[in-house]
Amino acid sequence: MKRLMRDKRLLAATAAFLIGSSAAAVANEELKSLMNDPNQWVIQTGNYSNHRYSELDQINADNVGKLQVAWSFSTGVLRGHEGSPLVIGDVMYVHTPFPNIVYALDLNNEGKVLWKYEPKQDANVVPVMCCDTVNRGLAYGDGKIFLHQADTTVVALDAKTGEKVWSVINGDPSKGETNTATVMPVKDTIIVGISGGEFGVRGSVTAYKMSDGSVAWRGYSMGPDSDTLMDPEKTTHLGKPVGKDSGTATWEGDQWKIGGGTTWGWYSYDPELNLIYYGTGNPSTWNPAQRPGDNRWSMTIFARDADTGMAKWVYQMTPHDEWDFDGINEMILTEQEIGGQMRKLLTHFDRNGLGYTLDRESGELLVAEKYDPVVNWTTGVDMDKNSDTYGRPAVVAQYSTEQNGEDTNSTGICPAALGSKDQQPAAYSPKTQTFYVPTNHVCMDYEPFRVSYTAGQPYVGATLSMYPPEGSHGGMGNFIAWDNVNGKIKWSLPEQFSVWSGAMATAGDIVFYGTLEGHVKAVSAETGELLYKFKTPSGIIGNFMTYTHKGKQYVAILSGVGGWAGIGLAAGLTNPNDGLGAVGGYAALSDYTALGGTLTVFTLPE
Amino acid sequence: MRAPLSSFGPFSGPICGPIFGPVSGLALAAALLIGPFSGLVSSAALAEEVDKTSEAYQVANIVAASQEDGVYYTEDGVPTYSIKEDGTVDWLTYSGFRRYHSECHVCHGPEGEGSSYAPALKKSAIDLDYYSFVDVVTNGRTKVNAAENSVMPAFGTNANVMCYLNDIYVYLKARGMDAVPRGRPAKKEGKPDAIREAENACLGG
Repeated sequence: MKRLMRDKRLLAATAAFLIGSSAAAVANEELKSLMNDPNQWVIQTGNYSNHRYSELDQINADNVGKLQVAWSFSTGVLRGHEGSPLVIGDVMYVHTPFPNIVYALDLNNEGKVLWKYEPKQDANVVPVMCCDTVNRGLAYGDGKIFLHQADTTVVALDAKTGEKVWSVINGDPSKGETNTATVMPVKDTIIVGISGGEFGVRGSVTAYKMSDGSVAWRGYSMGPDSDTLMDPEKTTHLGKPVGKDSGTATWEGDQWKIGGGTTWGWYSYDPELNLIYYGTGNPSTWNPAQRPGDNRWSMTIFARDADTGMAKWVYQMTPHDEWDFDGINEMILTEQEIGGQMRKLLTHFDRNGLGYTLDRESGELLVAEKYDPVVNWTTGVDMDKNSDTYGRPAVVAQYSTEQNGEDTNSTGICPAALGSKDQQPAAYSPKTQTFYVPTNHVCMDYEPFRVSYTAGQPYVGATLSMYPPEGSHGGMGNFIAWDNVNGKIKWSLPEQFSVWSGAMATAGDIVFYGTLEGHVKAVSAETGELLYKFKTPSGIIGNFMTYTHKGKQYVAILSGVGGWAGIGLAAGLTNPNDGLGAVGGYAALSDYTALGGTLTVFTLPE
Repeated sequence: MRAPLSSFGPFSGPICGPIFGPVSGLALAAALLIGPFSGLVSSAALAEEVDKTSEAYQVANIVAASQEDGVYYTEDGVPTYSIKEDGTVDWLTYSGFRRYHSECHVCHGPEGEGSSYAPALKKSAIDLDYYSFVDVVTNGRTKVNAAENSVMPAFGTNANVMCYLNDIYVYLKARGMDAVPRGRPAKKEGKPDAIREAENACLGG
């Protein structure tokens, strides 16, 4: 039945395309030119390549020390504030966590509220969202503001009036299907993901028509080829055809139906190749013994055709996950010289602690190196193309929760489940050819055990304790500069807490990031030297953006602590020795900051 | 008196009896019977901070007066923890540590300490009496207003929670009384056969 409905929608979508294609082409051109204009910030990631880099240099390494608060705005919501505002023309669009309010602020009139949109959502969605009711922001396209609500309703709002143009429901919260992510507008569609890996949700990516919300295509993370949109011959994994029904063949029985691989991260797009890129999350459950096999295509980088959704290539980073190392972190697209040759690259900092560099046209693996030296669950990835285990990480038996088995507590695994980096996005400066990466510096004990599946109920199956690495600087985070060609850390700034904000680099030779205590920091893009620091009202888990208004450059950030960081770190991490009677004493975030969403906008004094 | 238990789904009721024990099984049924008023009961109980050092509280809620199949009960028949001088915890407390960190900690933070998202359950396990605690976990609770969006889901159909409700409760109570420190309990009693059997039956084999 579901199948039939989908086909019907597909038909409708095709019809809509025939009528609306010329308008769509115009919308796409408009979006591209807006993205290329550094005075505006039209999608969360800055541009399709996910650089989070701005050509603006009014605020720069020489004067950033003089930065001041220009104005601020309370969102009226207490939960964790991820994502960033957008600026299109003279209007700023600000979103909030659940209940997902949207404000349009008039930059010509001291930020006066032009319109406000507040959806009505069933509060029962709140507890099925894993780890806070965050939302990573809005997107603009074709005169519309796109909001993907917690309850998976995707709404297109008229950017001028805030009136709802259309809405469509992407998932079912009663089954644990929710949303925390933004959407990515591509051509005449928006690309939409889904959350719920801890509820046994099967991940999918759906392209909805920008004009009316009809479905253009949907590709699942696992299932038969007709669901995953894979061609057994043409879709490749490390250069080889994936074969028939690879999305079910590596699972036992029907387990793929509750297989996880959700798609709650960031999306990128290469207009030349017409490919979209994203990663899939952990396989459900966290108990690996309950799901034998490689569990394809969880933990996978996907390259899909933007028009049809067909997968061109995939790369599974962590086959048969044993640690909850979701692969959803952003894919950053660059043109760089590697091995004496200019190539189209894709760089990805995975939760599993490895920084990957791939050729994004072919999916060839070029670099896979640890971006935190304490990563210990693997000795590295097999880079020998002739090897049977090519592309696979070599798992260290001591840290294998699969090999140690159910009901055994595996200790000292680095990184912890939250990864060496979670979704908090990195930035790339084409000027320095350097990646600036917010990271976690946390290890864990992990004990998997048997759980049973109930629709709409958590399906976790492991007990975790987290703590800072032994013998390290004692903090739980680092902000690093990364060389993706050589797979090396250039410099690393220790932080007391995980760095949970998105970074932003600018042509002014500076990089911005925020801390969980609430500090905005601006550092030198070359050396990492601290140039500016300001404490905002709450901890920062949002992302930086910049724009100009009437010729003046501004930098904006949402503060408002929460998210997984607010849950895991509020009371401080576990001291692994506590149970043995030693005195604990790791820093508690609640000693530094409290809840509350505020937008703070900075500029230079007159 | 068995009838209300069926609302726990197929894995509970008589099958779960051995875990809850004869005394608490009855008490549980009683808790469900007062269901319609439970909202009031819960909020009243939450508003008040109990005096956990008073003798009356200790006798009714904390001090183990009997033991059956490895589960400890107070004089009032409420499940409780048992911690020996050398720090050895009873099986239920240890099991509660594991189950809490699987089912509860993604919202409520490690070791019942609370988070930016949800309250500290080590406090709730003290301030709420056993029956209100069971009620909130089973049926959920919603506090949505201008100041907060706090929604506790109903776990009544979730075997991973309901089969370990007493485990989680006694662990959190031990945390709230500072009877066990943060972290994994270092020493524990062995897993009683009766608990193992009841667990298998409750989870459906």
